[in-house]
Order: sequence, then structure tokens, then C-alpha cells
Amino acid sequence: MEKILDVKNLQVHFKTYGGEVQAVRDVSFHLNKGETLAIVGESGSGKSVTAQTIMRLIPQPPGMIKNGQIMFDGYDITKKSDKDMEHIRGKDIGMIFQDPMTSLNPTMRIGHQITEVLIKHLKVERSAANERAIELLRLVGIPMPEKRVKQYPHEFSGGMRQRAMIAVALASNPKLLIADEPTTALDVTIQAQILELMKDIQKKMGTSIIFITHDLGVVANVADRVAVMYAGKIIETGTVDEIFYDPRHPYTWGLLASMPSLDSDEKVELTAIPGSPPDLTNPPKGDAFAPRNPYAMKIDFEQEPPLFKISDTHYASTWLLHPDSPKVEPPEAVQKRIKKLSSNYSKPVLSKEGE
Amino acid sequence: MLKYIGKRLLYILFSLFLIITATFFLMRAAPGGPFSGEKKLPPEIEKNLNEYYGLDRPWYSQYADYLGSVARWDFGPSFKYKGQTVNDMINNGFPVSFYLGMEALIFAVVFGILLGIIAALNHNKWKDYTAMVIAVLGISVPSFIMASLLQYIFAIKLHWLPVARWESFAHTILPALALGATPMAFIARLTRSSMLEVLANDYIRTAKAKGLSQLVITVKHAVRNALLPVVTYLGPLSAGILTGSFIIEKIFGIPGLGSHFVLSISNRDYTVIMGVTVFYSIILLTSVLLVDIAYGFIDPRIKLAGGKKGE
Amino acid sequence: MQQIPKEMFQPAAADHGEAERISKPSLSFWKDVFMRFRKNHLAMFGLVLLVILVLFAIFGPHMTKFDYRSNDYMNTNKPPSGTHWFGTDELGRDLFTRVWYGARISLFIGLAAALIDLFIGVLWGGIAGYRGGKTDDIMMRIADILWGVPYLLLVILLMVILDQGLGTMILAMTITGWINMSRIVRGEVLGLKNQEYVLAAQTLGAKTSRIMARHLIPNAMGPILVTMTLTIPSAIFTEAFLSYLGLGVPAPLASWGTMASDGVQALQYYPWRLFFPATFICLTIFAFNVVGDGMRDALDPRLRK
Repeated sequence: MEKILDVKNLQVHFKTYGGEVQAVRDVSFHLNKGETLAIVGESGSGKSVTAQTIMRLIPQPPGMIKNGQIMFDGYDITKKSDKDMEHIRGKDIGMIFQDPMTSLNPTMRIGHQITEVLIKHLKVERSAANERAIELLRLVGIPMPEKRVKQYPHEFSGGMRQRAMIAVALASNPKLLIADEPTTALDVTIQAQILELMKDIQKKMGTSIIFITHDLGVVANVADRVAVMYAGKIIETGTVDEIFYDPRHPYTWGLLASMPSLDSDEKVELTAIPGSPPDLTNPPKGDAFAPRNPYAMKIDFEQEPPLFKISDTHYASTWLLHPDSPKVEPPEAVQKRIKKLSSNYSKPVLSKEGE
Repeated sequence: MLKYIGKRLLYILFSLFLIITATFFLMRAAPGGPFSGEKKLPPEIEKNLNEYYGLDRPWYSQYADYLGSVARWDFGPSFKYKGQTVNDMINNGFPVSFYLGMEALIFAVVFGILLGIIAALNHNKWKDYTAMVIAVLGISVPSFIMASLLQYIFAIKLHWLPVARWESFAHTILPALALGATPMAFIARLTRSSMLEVLANDYIRTAKAKGLSQLVITVKHAVRNALLPVVTYLGPLSAGILTGSFIIEKIFGIPGLGSHFVLSISNRDYTVIMGVTVFYSIILLTSVLLVDIAYGFIDPRIKLAGGKKGE
Repeated sequence: MQQIPKEMFQPAAADHGEAERISKPSLSFWKDVFMRFRKNHLAMFGLVLLVILVLFAIFGPHMTKFDYRSNDYMNTNKPPSGTHWFGTDELGRDLFTRVWYGARISLFIGLAAALIDLFIGVLWGGIAGYRGGKTDDIMMRIADILWGVPYLLLVILLMVILDQGLGTMILAMTITGWINMSRIVRGEVLGLKNQEYVLAAQTLGAKTSRIMARHLIPNAMGPILVTMTLTIPSAIFTEAFLSYLGLGVPAPLASWGTMASDGVQALQYYPWRLFFPATFICLTIFAFNVVGDGMRDALDPRLRK
């Protein structure tokens, strides 16, 4: 399969008064053409920083890309000049942000905010751009688009604004769409509509999508593959089935066990993950999750776990997969969902560099 | 909209009434009558004068008279200059002051906004610091000192521009600069902080994510929104320019309303002080109202009916 | 695969205390503010300048053998020299002594105006904000109407009518000056009074005055301090303005404003008579402004990173 995006050993730091925050610590992942990758994690796990780094939107300073490369469509984004980035942003990569209330310019008509992209990147005439803006609004499901293009953001509801935001991001038909928590600020019913819309658009336009969220429930709906982030690292990645039916990392267990599900009849208690994420100015030695991990072993406090491969597509970084580690049972809520997956290897193998 | 304007007009009328009442009674409470000047007038003449100006009647009748004449836009005669009415002074002096004020206003707005934008775009860099030091200095130098220095350097020492008087455009440059300096500094600071606030907004990030260039983002997305609060400042700004003109007109010998006002203060020419105060108050309150209405038209989020920002 | 001793795979009790440990040194609010203020070079410069100016205002008049009011007709309009460091004026008075004597008066006017504004403003705005409802409506309506009265015109009017003097000037400045402060305090109190800790104090039966003094005012202290700092220069500014219109403090008292407006008259021949008072007016206003700005920036949580 062709990779549209390949991120390797990405490290992003922020300089603050309190010291240097290591927001993204050695993150590698890739995205295939036409696929949706969900990046999941709690706030502060580095998922938004990762997304904004791909767009080169983090303010520099205080932010800085310490190391790594971001291969997109054959070139390395970290090496691009600011001028070059202007031709990538909005054209090849579109982005949707969390808060549709504040992400649109309040004093500019919706239509204008869309045509602006078209005129800049596609070099079309204003009248053609207007036509296209109406078409885009219709595409994202906004009724009466001819009237709506002339309105201001405050005349739109939250869900409608997010639709408009999607129209802006899709205007120049980008190869990659990054959606940074696009449904978090919306009501649940609206959330479902927006997710449906995004799936629909992907089908129609074949866009590759990176979907950032803290909500695993959303992930099951939209993603092909999932990457779970914790404390600036990707700790487990795999297909949706692998993450939901055969999770291996205790943090992923924690996330799944704390997620309410409607489809199970049995009463399984939701469990919370104790504690809070570590301070990334000073990341702990060993596994960053160890202090909150009920399955932690001595080695977790000493040494960072290597990456283990469970199948061709499933990787996890935990000492529990080491052959010497004791066999542990995941929490009850997770056990209920576990299925045997045929693609798994007979036992986890240590992943080698570069895979 | 109409309801909002009506409400505001009512406020203004009430404020004006307060101002007129306060000036009237303050002036009456002032030590000495209007004619107890340097020269002692013979008692008969003073009596005649008092009669002529209606000063012998009880206070309430004088007060009612004054309210009535102000409502008819008649501010009465000057006590010190025979044959001159306050209306004459306003009619002669105000056009001059208005011209000077407009020139100063344009100077202040154009350069203040430019300075503020440059500072904000170079936040915490030397250009920012330089622009802000200039702006703070502009605020720190009282206008009479600024005016005297400008006059001393550019007119008396360098002979580049005329020293005083009101004859050609060249005569207006120094006074307009001196008058506009402080408001310019205020506008620069306001623009800067408002720009910084706008630049931190999510929609600026969106604009960046669209691939727009820094220039387009600045001009189309940031400046437009950043200037909205600057527009609200235009009301108080005209007040600053108005009161600033008292001093500037005196220093540069400009025959505007401001210099009449200053003269009337040192002459204790009470009717002129009262009349001009009331006139200035009307101008100021109306300009603040006009600015607010204009703001409602510029900012699509504001619906004047409620008078509040939407969402 | 590298060899790892077996016992390393023994379960280890996760220490939740460890997870909750905060490794970044926690800074108290004011310490944090002060740190940010200190990084602002311009504001620090302003602060140092202010300290120097105040020290000179205290000790300056005693540093010479001259008195601020005694005339010396043999030495009128002398330029700066070893005896008269800042020169003399048209009555032969020593300008160095007068400048620092004037500093006392100008600073006193600024400080007094700021303190009176503070007192009335906190009381008015605090009550309006805390009581809310009808009380708030009426109190703020009154403030709105007074706000509509042009400030300088009112000050001029009062100065014309009342006897000239320090007290009159301060009264004239504060008669509408407090409104700004009261609006800021009201805004802060409105925002703070529904915070949980205030509700908690109310539930515990704390008296209104106690809640105001212990909970609301301290938390609104930042904006109040900034407003005060910026009131002082505007009072000094107004004083200079009034002095130029001939409405300043009467002779032989010397304020920076009256000295500078005398100096303007003599600018062409004796420029030092304007130069010294003007420089110190500007420096003082400048210093207060940058300190106030620095405080506002340091307090603004939006800039907190």
C-alpha cells in the first residue's frame, strides 16, 4: 500500500519558564493513501502537537522540532521553508480544529472564508470561486447554501459551523485531512452527524484522514487504524479490530475499561485510570505509565520498554509482552471483548528498527 | 436599532442637563460678580449692567431662562467683550478648531495604527520595543511641552515652518503634530494590544492552516478585527483632541474656539466659559454616540437593539 | 535480545503518591507575576527610575543650601553651574531645589488622586458588584452619567470657581476620576463572587464585609493595582495641563507643571528653565506608564505559558 505520510522519530519540545517540555518524544507512524488513522490519548499526551507539527503550525519559538522527519508525498516537511509551507497548507493538507465557535473569523462572511482558499491555491476567478463555495457547502450538508455563503459565522449553529469548517478544509481537494478533535466541542447528536459526514466525504473524495481524539468511542466509528499516545509517545498501534478486540498495552486496557458501551448486556463496572499523566518537563525514568499501572513490574521503573510486534500491523510498547514477564489478565471489561485474531503471530516478537 | 439610539439620546440629554445645571450653579457660586473686575465700576452702571443681563432677577428665573436659551441654541452675550455673543465666538472659532482637529486626528489614526501593527507583528523584538518606547514617550510628554519644543526646534531654530498664526497649510503642520502626538501614542498602544489579542485567536491559526501568507493573514484577518476596539476609542479621542486644542491654539496663536475658551478662563468671562463648556459637551457626547452607532455597522456581531455582543 | 534479570519482572506496587508528585517547583501567584515582571526590562527600568525619583524628591531639596522660595535678585536666570546645578529662574531661585520640591507636590497630587480614586472606586464598585440587581443598576447608571461629563472641562470649571490650591486640584481630579476604578472593581467582583470559594465562605456564614475584604478585594488586587499605577501619571499630566492654563497651584508653591509652564515662556532665552522640569515630568509619567504596563502584562494569565 502506498504511504501518503510517514513520520519518523519525531521529537517536539517547548521552551517554557519552568523548563523544556518534551511534548512529543520520538514518535513514528505512517498513513496509507485513502485510510483513516485515529490518534487517541488524553489531553497533554502530545497528539495535538503532533498534528500541528505536520502542518508546521506550532509557534516557533517556543516550540521546536528537535529531531525526526515527516515525509509527505515524497518530501520532508520539517525541511520546508515557511514560504513553501504556504503552498502545502490548505492545498495538500487541510485541517479542521476543535472549536468551531472560535476557528472561523467572526467578521468575515462564510463564503469569503472558503473562496479565499480557492483563489489562493487553485487560482480561480472570484465568480467561479463563489460557485464552488456554494457547491462545497452543499457537499457538507448545509441547507440553502446560496443564502448561507453570505452569512457570518455567528449566524450559524455549532454543528453548522463545523460543517463550514470542513468545507474550508476540503476546498482545494487536499490529499490529507487532519481533524484535531473535530467533534469534542459539539453535542452528541451533532457529533454523530459530523462523523457520518467525514466518512461520506472520504468515500467520495478519497482523502486520507488523521483523526485526533480523546474519545475511543468515536474511533471505532471512523478509523481504519488507531495509534494510542501517552506522555508524548505512541504506546500501541494497530487496526481498529486489534485495538478494540486484542489490546496489549495496560494503558489501552485502561482506556477501554473506562469507556461505557451500550452493546454489552452484562453489567460491567467502568474503571478509571488512577492518577494523572506525568509532567513532561521531566519525564520519569522507565515506562512513563508505570506509576499509574496496576500491572507495573520493577523493570517498568528502570528501563523504557521496547516495541513488540504482535501482528503485521499491531505494535505495542510494554514489558508485559516480554517472554519473561508473568502472565496477567486484563481488566474484566476488556476481557469481555477479547477475540482471537488470526493475523497474530504465535507470540510477540521484538520489533526491529525501521519497521 | 432605533430603540437603542433613542435610549442613548435620552442618556445624553440627561447628562447634558446635568452639565448645564452644574455649570450654571457653579458659575453663580463663583466668587465675585462678572463685573467686579480690576476696574471698580460705578454702582449705577453695575446696576444697569445687572439689569441688562437679567442678573437682578431671582436665580430660578435666570436658570429657567438659561435652560430655555440653550435649548434654542443661544448661549448669550460675552460679559467681557461688548457686542460679541458666545454664538459668534463659536461660529468664528469652531471651524478653525475643527480643521486643526481633523488634521491632527488623521495624523494620529494613520500613524498610530501603523506603529501598533508593526509592534504587534514583531512582538518582543526590537521593533516592538522601539515602537512602544516611542508611544509611551508620546503619552509622557504633556502637549504644551511638546508644542513648545516643536515650535522652538522647527520654527525658531531651523526656520522650516512658520512659528505661529493661521494662514496656510504650512501653518497647520506643527500644531497638528503637537495635537496629534498623544492620541497617536494611545492609538498605537491600543492597536498593539488588540492585535496581539487577535493574533492569539483560533481563526488566525485557521487562516494559517489555509496556507495564506503572513501579509494576507495580517491585513485581511488580523487588522480588520483588531481595529474594531480602536474605533470605539475615536469617541474619547475626539475629547482629547478638543481639550488639547486649548493649549495648542494658545501656543501657536490660532484663532480657534480653544483659544477663546482659554482667554475666557483667564478673564473669568463666565458666560463664555459656560457656553463653550456646554457646546463642547454636546459635541463630545454626540461624537461618542456616532462612534458607537458606526461600530454597530462595522462589526457584524453587534446587534444594536440589544447593545450587546452576540455569543 | 538483551538479558534482563528475572526478578525485574516481579510485580512492583505502583506508588500513586509518586504519580501525583509535582516535579515542577510550584510558584505562588504573586511570585509568578513578579518573575514575569522582572523579565520585562523596560518595566524594571521604569521601577528603578521611580525609586530614584522618589529618593530625590525626599532628599533633593536638602542637598543644596538654597530654599525653594527665597529670591536672589543678583542671580536671576543663571544657567546651570557648580553652585546652581540646574540654574536659577527669573527671581533667582535655585532650580535644583525647586525641581525636587516640585517633585514632592506633583507626586503628592498623583498619589493622593490615586488613593482617593481607589477608596471611592473600591467601595462603589465593590458594593455595586456584590449586591448586584437593582443596587448595581442604579449605582452604575449614576457612574455612567457622570462618565458622560467631559473630564477636563469639569476639572477646569471647578478650578475656575473654587480657590486655587492643592486640595481643590485633587478634588477636581477625583470628582469623576473614581469611576474608572469603580467599573474595574465591579467587573472583577461580579466575576469573582460566584466562584466556589466565595460561595463556601457565604455558606459558612461569613459577613459581607469580611467576604469583601478577605476574598473579593485581594483577588481583584491585580487590576486594581494596575489602574492605580496608571492613575498617577494621568494626574501628573492633568496637573501640568492645568498649570499651563494658569489654574495650577499658586506661587510660591512649585509643582513641575507650574515650573514647566513658566519655562515655556522663557524657552527662547533660558531653555534650562523648561528643560529640567519638563524632563522630570516626562520621566515620571514614562516610568509610571511602563511599570503599569509591565504589571498588566505580568498579571495577564492569557500570556502565561
